Amino acid sequence: MAEHSNLPASPDAGGHDEAAHGALDYGTRDERGRFILPLEEHHQRITDVDPRAAKRAERQVAWLFVAGAACFAGAVAAFVGFSSHELIHVPMLGNVSASNFWLGTLIGLGSFFLGAAAIHWARRLMPGDEAVDYRHSLRGDEDSRASAIEQFKRGAAESGFLSRPLVRRTMLGAMALFPLPLVVLLADLGPAPKEKLRHTMWGDKPATRIINQGSGELVRPEHLAVGGLINAIPEGLEKVEEEAGTQNERAKSSIILVRMNPSEIKAQQGQGWDYQGILAYSKICTHVGCPISLYQQRTHALLCPCHQSTFDLSDAGRVVFGPAARHMPQLRIGVDSEGYLVSLGDFAEPVGPSFWERG
Amino acid sequence: MANISGSSRRRPYAGAVLLLAALTTTGAAYAVTTSAIVSPKSAAASAEQIELGKRLFTEGCSSCHGLAGQGGSSGPSLIGVGAAAVDFQVGTGRMPMAQADTQAMRKPPVYNQEQIDALAAYVASFGAGPGVPDPSQYDFSNANVARGGEIYRLNCSQCHNYAGKGGALSDGKYAPSVMKATPKQIYEAMITGPQGMPVFSDAQIPAKDKQDIIAYIDYLQNAPDPGGAALGRLGPVTETVFMFTAAIGAVIAVTIWIGAKSR
Amino acid sequence: MSTSTTPTTPQGKVADFLDERLSISKAIKSNISKVFPDHWSFMLGEVALYSFIILLLSGTYLTLFFKPSMVEVIYNGPYVPLKGVKMSEAFASTLHISFDVRGGLLMRQIHHWAALFFIGAMSIHMFRVFFTGAFRKPRELNWVIGTVLVLLGIVEGFMGYSLPDDLLSGTGLRITQGIIAAVPVVGTYVSFGLFGGEFPGHDVVARFYTLHILLIPGLILALVGAHLMMVWYQKHTQWPGPGRTEGNVVGYRLFPVYTAKAGGFFFVVLGITTLISALVSINPVWMFGPYTPDQVSAGSQPDWYMGFLDGAVRVMPNWEINALGHTLSLNLIVPALVLPGIMTTLLGLYPWIEAWATGDRREHHLLDRPRNAPVRTALGVMSISFYLMLWISGANDIIAQTFRLSINQITVALRVLLFVVPPLMFMLTKRWCLSLQRRDREKVLHGHETGRILRLPHGEFVEIHAPLSLEEQAEILGKMDVAPMALPAATDANGVAQPAAWKARMQAKLSQWFYGANVSLPTRAELLEAQSHFEHADALEVEATNRHRTYEAVGGVLLAPTEDGSSRH
Repeated sequence: MAEHSNLPASPDAGGHDEAAHGALDYGTRDERGRFILPLEEHHQRITDVDPRAAKRAERQVAWLFVAGAACFAGAVAAFVGFSSHELIHVPMLGNVSASNFWLGTLIGLGSFFLGAAAIHWARRLMPGDEAVDYRHSLRGDEDSRASAIEQFKRGAAESGFLSRPLVRRTMLGAMALFPLPLVVLLADLGPAPKEKLRHTMWGDKPATRIINQGSGELVRPEHLAVGGLINAIPEGLEKVEEEAGTQNERAKSSIILVRMNPSEIKAQQGQGWDYQGILAYSKICTHVGCPISLYQQRTHALLCPCHQSTFDLSDAGRVVFGPAARHMPQLRIGVDSEGYLVSLGDFAEPVGPSFWERG
Repeated sequence: MANISGSSRRRPYAGAVLLLAALTTTGAAYAVTTSAIVSPKSAAASAEQIELGKRLFTEGCSSCHGLAGQGGSSGPSLIGVGAAAVDFQVGTGRMPMAQADTQAMRKPPVYNQEQIDALAAYVASFGAGPGVPDPSQYDFSNANVARGGEIYRLNCSQCHNYAGKGGALSDGKYAPSVMKATPKQIYEAMITGPQGMPVFSDAQIPAKDKQDIIAYIDYLQNAPDPGGAALGRLGPVTETVFMFTAAIGAVIAVTIWIGAKSR
Repeated sequence: MSTSTTPTTPQGKVADFLDERLSISKAIKSNISKVFPDHWSFMLGEVALYSFIILLLSGTYLTLFFKPSMVEVIYNGPYVPLKGVKMSEAFASTLHISFDVRGGLLMRQIHHWAALFFIGAMSIHMFRVFFTGAFRKPRELNWVIGTVLVLLGIVEGFMGYSLPDDLLSGTGLRITQGIIAAVPVVGTYVSFGLFGGEFPGHDVVARFYTLHILLIPGLILALVGAHLMMVWYQKHTQWPGPGRTEGNVVGYRLFPVYTAKAGGFFFVVLGITTLISALVSINPVWMFGPYTPDQVSAGSQPDWYMGFLDGAVRVMPNWEINALGHTLSLNLIVPALVLPGIMTTLLGLYPWIEAWATGDRREHHLLDRPRNAPVRTALGVMSISFYLMLWISGANDIIAQTFRLSINQITVALRVLLFVVPPLMFMLTKRWCLSLQRRDREKVLHGHETGRILRLPHGEFVEIHAPLSLEEQAEILGKMDVAPMALPAATDANGVAQPAAWKARMQAKLSQWFYGANVSLPTRAELLEAQSHFEHADALEVEATNRHRTYEAVGGVLLAPTEDGSSRH
């Protein structure tokens, strides 16, 4: 062993001079102060001394293998026997898929038996005495280390890496630029953000009619009771989505309409942005963008089920609790000549979560 | 208002004050709202029914809500809440409240349906409000369950959870589970907006859509769990608890068996 | 090749074919009898490995049916409550797997449960390695690989969770997008790159799919390979025990015992995973419904391994800085980027941090019992309790709902507990460890209480103490004697102050903090005395039983005869 090894000097510091049974000598300590007690020489299991016990264990192992095989065969039968939508009632589980229940139970039990058989075999019938291996020093011996260094130096000198700075520097330069095209290639993963996050389709027209998302009908003020809530979208959203093939616009322009007694409105984001107590707020949380319509009409609190940010819709959408830093943006609404609720322009600020360029 | 219920455990009347304030507001609001959403069905109420209702009201409700339903120190005004609200609140056992709490809980109803009808008729006589829906309104036999699911996920799952198991609201309040709600009660809850729930009048969610929702909730109430035990249908939290207790526990039991010295 | 081993049997011919081309005889000769120590806690890493194999197999099956596409389709399958509903092809194919493919639901559930298992087993394995000090030299690099594997597992799991495009996973993606967008300078661009534009776009499922089934599993596989090769080459650590030294490995040979146990254990893990998948539902996406960015369910939670991050985001105060036309969202950057960054850095560097603090740079192949390294154990418990507090924060709504508590109060309380509980746990754990050390010392010197009480001839009652078994003694006495670094003098030999010594002093103080309170082992003389004491007590008891004079046992009390031959109670 090399002189630098910080392992205990002797690989068999444990020593086997002491008898495993009877009095202990406590005479062997390693260099870290541990008492090293002797290894038990022979571990006698019942299967080592009693041939009948060994035979019994052998039968148990075989039965476990047989049970495994039976389960696997049963699983094939279950696959054939049950369609994928058949239900069965299993106590404690309820009405479950018959196929899932039987396939899984049989494959699962089969695997379990197979594994348990192997483990039982190893524990009962394979050798029970512990074996000892010795560790080698991980550090190379002095000769190897010297030889490694010498050969590396030879190669380095032969390459001229140090003696030819021109080659070295130009190579490093080329290597430095190598990742550039790879990174540039990623640029087309998506378009540049530009102003996309600042606009929604509410701003496309001076007045956009509001659609009740559940019924698909245009909203009139008299539809909405005090204390009521309507999940709403701009008219024409479905067409925009169809053309784009994405739900991107929905993720920005979804709103909720709530109605409260005008006397309950403490503040709004703009003078007269409501219509007779009907307020329109963005549905997209200003924290990380979960859509919120968890409106508690008595307290006018809007609670986000994702991170519990809470906004007071009677008080200009102010944050009253939780991690969101900004109020819910309010949409200015009115009524058009035919009596339908309309938005009067876009949100005054970007909706949804913050982003670096938001300002 | 946010901290009133926070201290409600020490001051039992605080919750009631909150309730009072909120119900007064709502009640008053109904009174001033356009009548388009109100479909009074109390016209059919007979004089005896109202008489019975009055007696029951005086005995069981007036101590909080006032003799004429005008509200009191511990109960809101019931003027204009309508028969549907009474049928829902009393029919689900939420009223009369057993004790002042953040929120009235569902429990076995105290009155039978005849008494509830009488109470509803009497309270409806205080002022116009949503009437008890007609069975044809909440009959969902021809409803579209898939469409109901869509409307449910849009309007309901925010508070009541994807499987109707309910969820937490602000300050200790909660959206209750809808697992025991009957079609009539679901309908009534939507049109009256009990406790913190917003109102979903028939103008907001047409009756047809409400039937679809009821059909979906009915599906949820009886839905099978193809994958096995549903762990309360509460999502990843209960799955995690199960994994770290039962599943990892079973695996560790096996490792201990493998590692134990064979005797 | 010598003629004496010219093969005649078919097996021999195959072996010969391989040996002449790949020298397998050398590899087998030097490896087949390798010894592996046996202990239940050494099998936790195996659970992770087997879960990973189960993931590869079940995942491959799922790829045969899954369509990673966000193209909108109208569902027309057998699941009536979604019939006619618009959804992405990804979601529709997940429904197809669940309801039309026999065994498809089982495979989905196996895949998901195994994913939770995989990261869970890695974490518990990491705890074992931490609390036993197995990460110390020469295994620091393997600790780092393990840390990276846990991180990759979390990313891999999250991506898989996102693929079905259901309402729950879409909510997770939305939150991820919000967090990415909050990254200073590049956030918006990274978000647009990942989603192919604005959220949700129509690219992310296909992109995650490629990463989920190819790139990340490839990386995990490579690192698992390196991890195992290092274990193989450096040989496994072992617990102190009879005959165990720093220089040997005591256990069972690779072939046959270890092969049978490890191979059997794979099938057991597979069996348990499959049984759970047969009996317990996971991620019923058909109930969540398809994702659309204007819907969310109450109680939206991520899978467990993301729970701590979600919890951190939930309890973070709403700090945001708006200045110079830019927005710095501390409410997201701190909990979702800075905090996990610090946590993983500390985790990955811990082997070096401890070596630096203790000055112990020796190789360690014998493990520490957690109680014998009280500060390390306390640091571990402290960190886990911090993690748990974050995790509980992530479930604040479910807790509020289940126990009818105020979600606002829970959240505020957790903001405080996050900083109160971990230090408390540190102090408690450290004390507990030290008291266990004292008890160990007590036990090894005084033995087990047997409950047998002996009355001595002069009337004294003594309880018979039995000596500990060889294994028990070896376990307790296999504790390292630690010597904290001595405090260097503040002044040199001439009494001049040495300002440069502050570093050494600090390190010595750290080392004293780390080791200072440890209870020392008994000396050899004490142990020998204890042993003779046991023998003496044994002899007394034998004598008392053998005298065959009047004795009686009353209520388990064995009365030795008194001087006059009579017995009293």
